[in-house]
Amino acid sequence: MAFRNYILVCGGTACESSRSQQIFDNLKLEAEKQGVADEVQIVQTGCFGFCEQGPIVKILPEDSFYVKVAPEDAHELIAEHIIKGREVKRLLYDKEKAAKHAQVEDIKFYQKQFRIVLRNCGFIDPENINEYIARDGYAALEKALFEMTPEDIIEQLKIAGLRGRGGAGFPTWMKWNFSKNVESDIKYVVCNADEGDPGAYMDRSTLEGDPHSVLEAMTICGKAIGAHQGFIYIRAEYPLAIHRLEVAMAQSKELGLLGKDILGSGFDFDIEIRLGAGAFVCGEETALLQSIMGHRGMPVPRPPFPAVKGLWEKPTVINNVETWANIPVIIHKGGEWFSKIGDEDSHGTKVFALTGKICNSGLVEVPMGTTLREIVYDIGGGIAHGKKFKAVQTGGPSGGVITSENLDTPIDFGSLVKIGSMMGSGGMIVMDEDDCMVDVAKFYLNFTVDESCGKCMPCRIGGKTMLGILEKITDGKGTMKDLDTLTEIANTMRKASLCALGQTSPNPVMSTMKFFRDEYIAHIVDKKCPAGKCKKLISYVIDPAKCKGCTACARKCPVSCISGSLKQPHTIDQTKCIKCGTCIQTCKFGAISIQ
Amino acid sequence: MSEREELKFSDSLMAFINEWKEKPGNLIMVLHKVQGEVGYISREAAEKVSQLLDIPLAKVWGVVTFYHFFKLTKPGEHNIAVCLGTACYLKGGDKVVEAINKELGIDVGQVTEDGKFSLEAVRCVGCCGLAPVMTISGEVFGKLTKEAVPGILAKFA
Ligand SMILES: Cc1cc2nc3c(=O)[nH]c(=O)nc-3n(C[C@H](O)[C@H](O)[C@H](O)COP(=O)(O)O)c2cc1C
Ligand code: SF4
Ligand code: FES
Ligand code: FES
Repeated sequence: MAFRNYILVCGGTACESSRSQQIFDNLKLEAEKQGVADEVQIVQTGCFGFCEQGPIVKILPEDSFYVKVAPEDAHELIAEHIIKGREVKRLLYDKEKAAKHAQVEDIKFYQKQFRIVLRNCGFIDPENINEYIARDGYAALEKALFEMTPEDIIEQLKIAGLRGRGGAGFPTWMKWNFSKNVESDIKYVVCNADEGDPGAYMDRSTLEGDPHSVLEAMTICGKAIGAHQGFIYIRAEYPLAIHRLEVAMAQSKELGLLGKDILGSGFDFDIEIRLGAGAFVCGEETALLQSIMGHRGMPVPRPPFPAVKGLWEKPTVINNVETWANIPVIIHKGGEWFSKIGDEDSHGTKVFALTGKICNSGLVEVPMGTTLREIVYDIGGGIAHGKKFKAVQTGGPSGGVITSENLDTPIDFGSLVKIGSMMGSGGMIVMDEDDCMVDVAKFYLNFTVDESCGKCMPCRIGGKTMLGILEKITDGKGTMKDLDTLTEIANTMRKASLCALGQTSPNPVMSTMKFFRDEYIAHIVDKKCPAGKCKKLISYVIDPAKCKGCTACARKCPVSCISGSLKQPHTIDQTKCIKCGTCIQTCKFGAISIQ
Repeated sequence: MSEREELKFSDSLMAFINEWKEKPGNLIMVLHKVQGEVGYISREAAEKVSQLLDIPLAKVWGVVTFYHFFKLTKPGEHNIAVCLGTACYLKGGDKVVEAINKELGIDVGQVTEDGKFSLEAVRCVGCCGLAPVMTISGEVFGKLTKEAVPGILAKFA
């Protein structure tokens, strides 16, 4: 039966936390009540990417994009939009343009995006395999099983020029080829869904919005390298994604797309889910394999590479979620098609989790070669609250900062390395004038020190020592010599650590030291934190000319260190002040400032 | 604690363990299930897992202590997990911790005296668009402010 309207309700984690489930239920109820239940299909999808404006509801065929919808709006959406055919203007994203029409194409956030990986996110019900199939799902698997040899499959990946999206950017076809060429009765296929970079959620959204794309791709890989068992290693912190994967696996088994004798081809392939347990280092491939085998997740030296000797000593191809999600499209449309997207250096698209001090925070997928400026200003809408742009961090705790002079760098694997950062898995964190770069470096290093597995000395001890020095600097006790010591330790860690965690953990420190050396010097020489973030280096001061003596701050101060009589200027006792900032928020006259 | 009661696993947990017993690399999956039921991995639970799976206790304990997700002490009835991932940190996740601390008198890693709430810091729950974020017993709360914290906590008290 054809429906008159389709209502897509975002069921991603961010929107669910804003009661999107209730919206979905209410819409169903209202459609029922107002007698149009047969005319509209209401579907819960994965993340639309525009989480900042969530919960999102989209109505087709008009393509009306509703934002910040509340469960109470369900009645009006059905009564006005569905029954009377009038858009509910107050809920449309762009209210000024709403006079005309607010289509998705009109929204700047989406204009420069190009969706391969997220092609189905926000379009299909991820818990209904038929919707995936209706959008060419499993067509690639069919092609791979019946029309292609393993060599053909790998050749298409080679033509496509697909490189791993998990961080290192290794050519995917080469990995597959290594495994294919090893003689072994048993081989494995692994999906890395550990997504440890704090501040990144590309893989989570992909799995929540389109789980079948990963299952299909892993099965294709099984055929290409001769493996019959796959594992998805996913963070236990992602319950919704795990649930959607389980549903997807059950449905594809039922339709004979997974399991024994897939589509009658005689090829068997099964997938099992294995849960991570909150160790960042388990995102590193050798540690991940240790963890699947039930051990402590400690990296082991490479070579041998997993592609040759991985799980239980057998050849194992391990790829990132986003890498996997590209593969069905490449096989379906051909490597040639894919190779034309992007720039010379890198082909295809990249998904980024754009977060931090940006107006439109969300998931964005852009062709390789798009500039950072386009992402931050055109898609992201610029810096929030009219503040000044300071830097963008890519590559998470292994990456570095990109400053305003490099905003026009095309985003691809090679260019980012040239300017001292890296692609990483897709975290893109925007910082403004209020962020202290020494503090940011300390934040990342704190993270990697915490997450170091402790197996090798340069990482275990080097990281801790560097962190100690940074703390000294933010406490106002640093010396200029400390900067040299930081560099020395960093160089040793880079050369001598066993795995990339230790090799790259000095990067945020080195990169901020390079681009924001003046901030380090301000902390060390002037004993000041220019951004006003490092508590030991700031003081709250009352301007006697502006203070009206209202006593509001004195009453709120948790340690009672503000004194002064009514209608007289007050003063803060700096020796007692704990720098909680309560006074500055309380003052109605702007008389208190940070110095 | 002097006398130890024999820890009992539910039938469904035992069924899960039997199903996974022969599978290689089963330990972490079993520990997840145990924590799901008991709330944490106690010494007794670790011993029991060691016996049931025939894996040395030292190895079980080694794994439990390596992974942050496994808790060694009993969490509160409602576990509050404040995100201190990068996006949340930049947007004031630490202020949320302070506000909870002020409200409940507990620090990260502690449980309130009445056993109602426990507080932990986590890294990125995957809703960075809503930063700063916390979850209470799995429910996500986003775009938090210091002022919003008491009201949210009150819902669970
Ligand atoms: C400390 C560390 C953490 C990592 N975390 C992840 C991760 O969370 N997800 C991921 O896909 N790759 C991660 N990687 C990269 C993997 O080791 C590996 O390169 C990747 O899974 C390979 O897949 P790809 O070729 O498809 O990118 C990490 C690497 C290191 C050193
Ligand atoms: S570099 Fe760090 S995380 Fe990697 S093996 Fe050494 S100690 Fe472990
Ligand atoms: S979760 Fe709804 S738009 Fe991202
Ligand atoms: S950093 Fe807090 S949800 Fe991602």
